Amino acid sequence: MTESVVNSEDPHGPGGDDATRRDFIHIAAGAAAVGAGAMIAWPLINQMNPAADTLALASIEFDLSKVAEGQQVVITWQGKPVFVRYRTAKEVQEAAATPLGDLKDPQSDADRVKAGHQQYLVVVGSCTHLGCIPTFGAGDYGGWFCPCHGSHYDTSGRIRKGPAPTNLVVPTYEYVSDTRVKIG
Amino acid sequence: MSEHESTYVPKTGFEKWLDTRLPIIRFGADYMALPTPRNLNYWYTFGAILMLCLGTQIVTGIVLAMHYTPNTDMAFASVERIMRDVNGGWLIRYVHANGASMFFIATYIHMLRGLYYGSYKAPREMIWIIGCVIFFLLIATAFLGYVLPWGQMSYWGAEVITNLIGAIPFVGEPILIWLRGGPAIDNATLNRFFSLHYLLPFAILGCVVLHIWALHTSGQNNPVGILIPKEQTAKDTVPFHPYYTVKDGFAIILFLMMFAAFVFFMPNSLGHADNYIPANPLQTPPHIVPEWYLLPFYAILRAIPDKFGGVLAMFGAIAVLFVLPWLDTSKVRSMRYRPTMKVFFLIFVFVAFVLGWCGGQLPDAPVFGNMPSFVLFDGELNSFLWLTRLATAYYFAFFLIIMPVVGLRETPLPVPASISQPVLTGGGAMAAAVPASPEKKG
Repeated sequence: MTESVVNSEDPHGPGGDDATRRDFIHIAAGAAAVGAGAMIAWPLINQMNPAADTLALASIEFDLSKVAEGQQVVITWQGKPVFVRYRTAKEVQEAAATPLGDLKDPQSDADRVKAGHQQYLVVVGSCTHLGCIPTFGAGDYGGWFCPCHGSHYDTSGRIRKGPAPTNLVVPTYEYVSDTRVKIG
Repeated sequence: MSEHESTYVPKTGFEKWLDTRLPIIRFGADYMALPTPRNLNYWYTFGAILMLCLGTQIVTGIVLAMHYTPNTDMAFASVERIMRDVNGGWLIRYVHANGASMFFIATYIHMLRGLYYGSYKAPREMIWIIGCVIFFLLIATAFLGYVLPWGQMSYWGAEVITNLIGAIPFVGEPILIWLRGGPAIDNATLNRFFSLHYLLPFAILGCVVLHIWALHTSGQNNPVGILIPKEQTAKDTVPFHPYYTVKDGFAIILFLMMFAAFVFFMPNSLGHADNYIPANPLQTPPHIVPEWYLLPFYAILRAIPDKFGGVLAMFGAIAVLFVLPWLDTSKVRSMRYRPTMKVFFLIFVFVAFVLGWCGGQLPDAPVFGNMPSFVLFDGELNSFLWLTRLATAYYFAFFLIIMPVVGLRETPLPVPASISQPVLTGGGAMAAAVPASPEKKG
């Protein structure tokens, strides 16, 4: 631009209409480039999410009659261990009698089992701290004890002491018959 | 120092032809002739040692990748095959595995040298920041590589470290699944970790180029810590070659002797026996510890009773390094002239070792045998938990409180006007640390 006439009535100020149109083209081109970049980036990012065959392994069935009273069976679900524990009457009673005020992550035992099947507790066997597998029957509360960083869980899989922030996760599951559960 | 005149004169016809098209010989010649402070001591040789470490890891790594199989069913066996059947595979793998430890030894010394001589201060902030990026990439690469043999420590280390990301509120869980490529650490995770472990060293290499570019732009620091006055350049500097190529070369030979001692006489002393057990997703080893070089950061993670708080503290311990140039309020670079700061620095080095020691212990274990103590908040006072917390507190206080406050309050010793001055005027104790005739000794 060698010369420009500044007109006080020109709403676009010095530089006139040209500058505004150029600005618009810059912004529009920039926005299109950003949009195109995002569209190219998305499949490259999304490919890291679980693949279809990984997601297809989402549910399994388990026969509860394999667990004896007072014991637990560890099964693998989605690559993670799942504890299926046949609790004794005393353990169920202890878990139910715990006042919610004593808990770090308050949840009643009844909310963690299916009605009519209180003796069976099904939880994901990964410590909610950093994912180690807690040891069965150890710790101060008779539930589980995580050897990595010292979290204590009670017989309902609830966190009672240690660094773990939440209770052991109860996966989505349902009873397909009286002795079979479908997890996932 | 960067603006030194090019002294390269192309001699042959080919050199003249090339010099006007791609002045690559000129670039190399100028690099070698670079005026370098004449008083650099052996702490300054670790840059060259680190270049050697990076080269060693890349070369051995590329070779190992020719025999390794990134699949959960075959990874462990393929590493064992490298150890037993591949020609010289045991040597290449031991060099690569111990090379990681050597890399970290040299990195930590290199960083502490920068800290002591104030190499992060203006005008060298960018060198330091890029160095911090390299350090972070190095940690990531080492972690990814440790997962590949698919032993018990590999698997559970990956489990624990990826779970750290799950601690981020709200977005943690989706990011965790995205990172692992499934609900748990599995084949998808191993595959991408292998891919990234191959990629990151080249990212490090790129950062090293930037690191050296920044170094040659702002000029090398030196043990006296002063910027060399322009009129002193001739007196205070020597050409990089042969003075420092020879000095670096000698240090590299000593370093390689230590490296070889590990590779040939105690190749597994820095590792964990548990990693020779194939990964088992249904059984956690009784005592999970990271490799030695990450123990201080692991200790900081465990010092905080809150999960997300622990993760923030651990990453904060690295993040604080990035802003170090603006935390130090002292104008004097070298701690040689900062007696007060020197004491705090030595305590810091000691504390870093304490943190490393704590990181390898069970938090509940007592520090001093059966010494009686009492429960303070959530743990026995005489336990590694509380020792770790004290050390963590000092670690952060050193950067966030001591650095800014001491810089404002201390009285530094007089700083010489040039590098050659303390030598020529016989500056007492100060001069004793500088070789009397650097052109002969250094």
